[in-house]
Amino acid sequence: MPTFFERRELVTPGDLIAEGDYIAGENTYTEDNKVYASRIGIVEYENKEVNVVALRAFYIPRVGDIVIGTVVEVGFNGWQVDINAPYQAHLRASDVLSRPFKPQKNDLSEVLDVGDLIVAKIIAYDRAHDPQLSVGEPGLGKITRGQIVEITPTKIPRVIGRKGSMISVIKRETGCQIILGLNGVILITGKTAEDEELAIRVIHKIEEESHTSGLTDRITQMLKEEKTKGEEIKNESET
Amino acid sequence: MSQKHEKLIDKKGLRLDGRKSDELRPIKIEVGVLSNADGSAYIETGKNKILAAIYGPKELHPKHLALPDRMVLRCRYHMAPFSVQERKSPAPSRREVELSKVIRESLEPSIFLEYYPRTGIDVFVEVLQADGSTRCASITAASLALADAGIPMRDLVVACSAGKIDGTVVLDLTDTEDKMGEADVPLALMPNLNAITLLQMDGILTFEEFEKAVDLAIEGCRKIYAMQKEALKVKYVSVKEVEE
Repeated sequence: MPTFFERRELVTPGDLIAEGDYIAGENTYTEDNKVYASRIGIVEYENKEVNVVALRAFYIPRVGDIVIGTVVEVGFNGWQVDINAPYQAHLRASDVLSRPFKPQKNDLSEVLDVGDLIVAKIIAYDRAHDPQLSVGEPGLGKITRGQIVEITPTKIPRVIGRKGSMISVIKRETGCQIILGLNGVILITGKTAEDEELAIRVIHKIEEESHTSGLTDRITQMLKEEKTKGEEIKNESET
Repeated sequence: MSQKHEKLIDKKGLRLDGRKSDELRPIKIEVGVLSNADGSAYIETGKNKILAAIYGPKELHPKHLALPDRMVLRCRYHMAPFSVQERKSPAPSRREVELSKVIRESLEPSIFLEYYPRTGIDVFVEVLQADGSTRCASITAASLALADAGIPMRDLVVACSAGKIDGTVVLDLTDTEDKMGEADVPLALMPNLNAITLLQMDGILTFEEFEKAVDLAIEGCRKIYAMQKEALKVKYVSVKEVEE
């Protein structure tokens, strides 16, 4: 039962990773008892399971995910929302309006119009049906302020960090509220535009260097440096 | 043709461009060259210059084309008006429509189409400069672009042509060799699965010659595959180096 790649080695689609008694995990497939890679990525072994951490992938909806989307169409009984996935999501009008509504009377575009951004949760999705969204929980709904950053969806776990270590550092140091859409869209709301800009720079840095180790420490350092720099400029302008 | 070639192979056994019978043209491959596409690749094989770009998977428009059980792969092979010696009309010709289909069918077995039903992938192949065996170079580039877009694949697809000129079976035909020669055998291969996804023959070959041509083309494919893989890895190597 040999394996043909070291842990954390780069593989391309079709590379034979392991042979024999192994289980194909993420971004891999089996044929004739052999495990092959199906995406470009980095190999990880977990007991008998072979995984490839993809370097390039797109977002596939999963029930329970929090996503950030753009309203692209106002329909009779709901909205079509672009969630950065191969499928367009649907948000039902009855989910947003607590009161009963009549399509003839109520104009849905008064509530959410084309181009509006929303934070929503995926409540239903399978192969045969497009994802269904809900905003009926605290923290969800229309976005009124803040800035949006888009990154590769596969890198969202890195922005969160181990047990949320990375994200809590960014939140603490910049004083910004950050909502991570698992579809790769991030909402940042801070007290000042400068705080938001700093958070955006940090997130882009994480995206670029997501495969390096000790990233959380470097990010913490970067944040501290940037902050003192920012304060110096502030002091200078005041005097 | 501007010149008339009496002989395609000289006394020393070398071809018009100085290659041996089993030699490939110099190849240059680059991945991720277009920032607006979801995935892209650029390939140069000798004088061929080809760009491939991928969009998707995304909702298919027009919607009636979507299939309930799998993705739809759409492919457009197009030659730029300046890609050949006489200006080519930019409208798709009979040949281009056929090659679009051929390229699509040679890529289809490599993709897990059943993973994302009701969606579609668009493949655009743009030939900027043509000099024989463009379908093979196009397949090699398009497959790389698919991998660059993060589409789940069984294997990369690599293609190469063989043929017969002046009674000799040779590898990787140029435009002149294709037109003046006796036969052309383009072949696409999934190297790790050892599966052929495209095999055509234009011209007449004996059984022995055909077998020799196929063997030669497979060998050529394996050489190109090494370069193809390297090109794909190079894009991410900088990331790897920081880590080590």
